[in-house]
Amino acid sequence: MDRFLFLTFDGLARGAVLAAFALSLVLIWRAARIVNFAQGAMAVAATYIAFTVTALTGSYWAGLAAALVAGFLIGALVERGVMRFVGNSSALNPVIAGLGLLMLIQAILGMVFGNSYRTMVTPFSSNPVEIFGITVFSSYDLFVFACIALLVGGLVLLFTKTPLGLRLRASAFAPDLARLLGVRTSRMLTLGWAMSSALGALAALLVIPTELGLNPHAADTVFVYAFTVAVIGGLDSPAGAVLGGLAVGVLLSWVSGYGGATLAPIAILLLLLAVLLVRPGGIFSMTKERTV
Amino acid sequence: MSVTKRYGFAGAAMVLLIGLTFVIPSFSSYQLATACAYLCGIAGLTLLTGAGGQLSLGQAALMAAGAYSYALTANTMADAGTEGPLLLLVPLAAAVIGAAVLGLVIGLAAGRLHGPYLAGFTMALVVALPAVTSTFSSVLGGDQGLWITVEKRPASLRGIVSNEAWQAWLAVVCSVLVLTLLANLLHGRFGRHLRAVRDNPVAAALAGINPARTKVTAFVISSAAAGMGGGLLAYTTQSAGPGAYSLVFSLFLLMAAVVGGIGSLTGAVWGAVLLVALPHLISTATSRLELSTDLAQRLDGNLAVAIFGLVLVLVVLLAPQGIQGLLVRAGRRLGQARSVSVPPQSAKSAPSPASSTPTRLSARHEPEQLPATPKGQ
Repeated sequence: MDRFLFLTFDGLARGAVLAAFALSLVLIWRAARIVNFAQGAMAVAATYIAFTVTALTGSYWAGLAAALVAGFLIGALVERGVMRFVGNSSALNPVIAGLGLLMLIQAILGMVFGNSYRTMVTPFSSNPVEIFGITVFSSYDLFVFACIALLVGGLVLLFTKTPLGLRLRASAFAPDLARLLGVRTSRMLTLGWAMSSALGALAALLVIPTELGLNPHAADTVFVYAFTVAVIGGLDSPAGAVLGGLAVGVLLSWVSGYGGATLAPIAILLLLLAVLLVRPGGIFSMTKERTV
Repeated sequence: MSVTKRYGFAGAAMVLLIGLTFVIPSFSSYQLATACAYLCGIAGLTLLTGAGGQLSLGQAALMAAGAYSYALTANTMADAGTEGPLLLLVPLAAAVIGAAVLGLVIGLAAGRLHGPYLAGFTMALVVALPAVTSTFSSVLGGDQGLWITVEKRPASLRGIVSNEAWQAWLAVVCSVLVLTLLANLLHGRFGRHLRAVRDNPVAAALAGINPARTKVTAFVISSAAAGMGGGLLAYTTQSAGPGAYSLVFSLFLLMAAVVGGIGSLTGAVWGAVLLVALPHLISTATSRLELSTDLAQRLDGNLAVAIFGLVLVLVVLLAPQGIQGLLVRAGRRLGQARSVSVPPQSAKSAPSPASSTPTRLSARHEPEQLPATPKGQ
């Protein structure tokens, strides 16, 4: 029972990260109808910048801020520099462009920083603490929760309560109408990409220290997991991404805890297969995603 | 191109390439064999993605299925004391069948997906491959993979051709066969059905085509081609392991198909050549430069990936039809300039359809842009 509880809580902590990363995919999907296959590599690039800043200043918090800023700028750069010109006439074009960026960014990171794994420091201990005789969260897990809750809460407020959020939603759902009403949709699109990329960067920064370590390919698996979460939640639904993230995190934790860590990717594959077969548009989706 | 002409081309290409192995050094023969193995996988992807509109990132996993099927069959047969051509042909057939069966299983699910969903699912397939091999490590050898007992070249040929040249012969024959088969399929009824389903599934269904079955069939055919490629790689390298069939390799195959020109099988040939030649050229170039060991180590491999990624982005932005599309367009311009010489303005005022309406990527190629044989024009 103790083990079960521990695995469940550990899964929730990992799930929060997956939720944040999936949410970053959902943000881009809502704004541009693109699944950004370069998201993982972009987030790792921001994490490398955070790593460098932390190494230079000796402060984790400076690194965290650097990751958010770098993520924001990388997202804007990718949108302004590449994705804007790809066009959406075929669903394949943005995917292929994203894959090209994925290869390019990973290779540049490998050339600049080397392909070896680097350990990253965490501001809090990742050893679980005991509450009422049961080992549950580590203080790092709580920190992860707090960061993600803060950022997701901030995003929700931004989208629902501010004029800027209204403009962002308007240009995502009805770009032509929004433009007629005076919204600078192109700027909103860039902003959407930048915010999504910053969120992805935060998720990567939080998850990489608990995984194998920092490496150009550190986010490959995380991307696949987050994509699964986004598909399960429905690419259109932020709430679905968050709930799906927590659920998948717990499931993964159970599978690796009871069955062995190597089973996790297989479990994800089967889960993805099952969801895509039963409800290709995701559990929370409103729109029809399957044709014929 | 008529079917007879296609077979003529295929035969000529086969003879030409086999003849080439007598001239080139043995390392180049090895590269030729690798390129032919890659070509099988890329050509399968061309059929699936170019003609079928289904973007798969799982081609490496299917090649791995072929390689492992080859390895398991060959090792079992060798243990049982089998020798001679059987030890070569049966494992190759097993590679094709093994990958096709996996392709059927995936295709039954993937045939219902489209666009980014299919890409994400097949990406998960490749990412899960190392987990699969280590879960069944007693059979599949875990991270180390399997060593394969292969049938060497026939005794009568020893002393005449090198081992590498023999590998190239095998790979050339197999890949030309695969390409001819794929070309026949794409030019026949199945190809028409596939393009109809890609362009408008509802209209295709109304015309009596079963879209689901067509998509699954495309997946199986593409997987079988990938399986042949994996089998050839297994034979050439005498090993099958998860490291050789990573996500990066899968992306390389897609890059080759897209950059070569995903609308045509000739494009697949350009892609395969590029996939083998470019890393070799880059490493030759960097080894000429005086670099520190550390820098050289960092550039090794990464530079090729960076250039591939950059090329992929540029091709999507600037030349969606790839190398083959550019060649076809250049060829048309030349032909026009020659046939419409007087007055010279008319060539300008009536540009070719290809240049006046820049088609967006693979999805909209015309059937006649699908040349039939691996060597093209």
